[in-house]
Amino acid sequence: MKKLFKLILILSFFSLNSSQTFAAEKVDYLKTDWSFKGLFGKFDRATLQRGYQVYTEVCASCHSMKYLSYRNLSEEGGPEFSEAAAKAIAASFEVKDGPNADGEMFTRPGKLSDKFVMPYDNVKAAQAANGGAYPPDMSVLVKARGGGVDYIYSLLQGYEDPPSGVTLDDGVYYNKYMYGNKIRMAAPLSDGIVEYGDGTNASVEQMSKDVTTFLMWAAEPHLEARHQMGFKAIVYLIILTILVYFSMKRIWSRVESEV
Amino acid sequence: MSDHDYKPKSKVGQWFNDRLPLLTLANHLTDYPTPKNLNYWWTFGGILTFCLITQIITGLTLAMHYIAHADMAFESVEHIMRDVNYGWLIRYIHANGASMFFLAVYIHIFRSLFYGSYKSPREIIWILGIVIYLLMMAAAFMGYVLPWGQMSFWGATVITNLFSAIPLVGEGIVTWLWGGYSVDNPTLTRFFTLHYLIPFLILGLVVLHIWALHVPGNNNPVGIDIKKPSKDTVPFHPYIVIKDGFALLMFMIVFAFFVFYTPNILGHADNYIEANPMVTPAHIVPEWYLLPFYAILRSVPDKLLGVVAMLSAILILAALPWLDTSKIRSAVFRPLYKQFYWILVADVLILGYVGAMPAEGLYLLIARVATAYYFLHFLVILPVLGFKERTLPVPLSITEPILGGSPNLAAARHRESKIK
Repeated sequence: MKKLFKLILILSFFSLNSSQTFAAEKVDYLKTDWSFKGLFGKFDRATLQRGYQVYTEVCASCHSMKYLSYRNLSEEGGPEFSEAAAKAIAASFEVKDGPNADGEMFTRPGKLSDKFVMPYDNVKAAQAANGGAYPPDMSVLVKARGGGVDYIYSLLQGYEDPPSGVTLDDGVYYNKYMYGNKIRMAAPLSDGIVEYGDGTNASVEQMSKDVTTFLMWAAEPHLEARHQMGFKAIVYLIILTILVYFSMKRIWSRVESEV
Repeated sequence: MSDHDYKPKSKVGQWFNDRLPLLTLANHLTDYPTPKNLNYWWTFGGILTFCLITQIITGLTLAMHYIAHADMAFESVEHIMRDVNYGWLIRYIHANGASMFFLAVYIHIFRSLFYGSYKSPREIIWILGIVIYLLMMAAAFMGYVLPWGQMSFWGATVITNLFSAIPLVGEGIVTWLWGGYSVDNPTLTRFFTLHYLIPFLILGLVVLHIWALHVPGNNNPVGIDIKKPSKDTVPFHPYIVIKDGFALLMFMIVFAFFVFYTPNILGHADNYIEANPMVTPAHIVPEWYLLPFYAILRSVPDKLLGVVAMLSAILILAALPWLDTSKIRSAVFRPLYKQFYWILVADVLILGYVGAMPAEGLYLLIARVATAYYFLHFLVILPVLGFKERTLPVPLSITEPILGGSPNLAAARHRESKIK
């Protein structure tokens, strides 16, 4: 058994080692209590619904979310809008479809099965409208940044005046959490920029938390199912391991040797 | 299997076995005499078999949904993660399974190094193992390219570009590997094809690896040849089966923790950005299991020599049975080798660490020293040590150190500490 502990020690060393890979770029991000962290981490529905509101009213004017469909909004483990509400959300967007029988493209109201409508037709159009910078697609954005949710959460609140000696070009802003501190996105959030239906005060901090939670769900729509299954799987494995351990002891008691 | 005179009990069994001796094989595998003092470091062979099978099964399932096309690969992976039933589970098992596979293979290799399992008469097992390891690296590298993220694309560019270091024909070879003038769709489709093929080559080699093992039988912590079957051995079934099973379950708990709770920690965030030939990531880093070799590659200032050093670092292992001149197998009875062994382990871990860091300043210096020491260990220390080292007396049988009366102090002390 002593050997097994050694083994676990080595395993933990490896996991430590891999997290150090990113240590070189580590900044002290703002912290908040994420409901989805930990063994039983879950999303808060109200937070996700507010987060969707921030996304659709603020971010979506530049950032696409092309891997999500409107049906996802009413699926289990997500914001869990009612199906009627999700249908209404989908119908509020104009979707290009076609060609019809006459060979013409046409627009129609969105359906649950449609992907989120993109703000620009293509990358070039997005760049042209944003001074050459491409607003990245937000579907997996949280997983595509080293600091994950903490990074996004901090970035949204990290805008400040540049320190003396730093000159910024036109259309470039100073953000203390951005890699290199220069960002082409103007501060997207300001107090009260959205009006929450549930009466929550729309402070920058609150909106940052809500929208970041929403982005986490967008990147990992099955996170809740994963945590639930993981707990069951690991408990099952531990019980089985204990049973097998005693069977092994029993079997090996027949020979003069140790296991 | 010549040591077996097995006769199935039933008439049908006999009839079948005379024509295809599968039952003899099954009997050989269950009765296979195994040293009874094998410790838990010996359970990683079974664990590795589990890893290979897991990778093949999850890989086959993923291949049913994945699209090997530069414009669709990234999207199809997201489709797997979102819309395929339990697609997220299958993909995370496959992605983390690769890391678990390498973790297990490194423990397996370093177990071999500690107990001298590569020495006569097990050289062929060892060399087959090195070939499997090389194929694993190729499969893992190509697998990492398939999601077509930024690290996929740029990792593929960097690694395939290594071949351009070959004089005269280098550039031609790279173009040939790419199927064009840059990493693009033809590269992706051929990588997918090879990624699909290699695991089955590995499976075949694993069969040979185990076959070659069953000729001389297992080495053991004492490192002596044992008579088999004898008081020193136990039949593979049920003794080793249950022990391997127990160890495998422990391993699976760690595996499950990664899959369910930190599925992306071993990957790189940049690989969730779709490949873009116009934008180079700030740091191009391979997966953790390739980092020591990446450090060796970068520690040599010349590109060609760097590639040569990196390849030699792996191929030198194949010559190990002849570089190690000691007659004693197990490090338990080699006090000096034991110390050098742990220095080597530290050296490789240091190489892995600096491999993840930018190749500049102190990191580069450390990488150079560690690279030099790596080769020094195999080319100078090991051959000399075999002649110079005063080894401890080796017991005559396994039962001896366990039951007492051993002339070996270390073994006796070990036994005492266990009783207490």
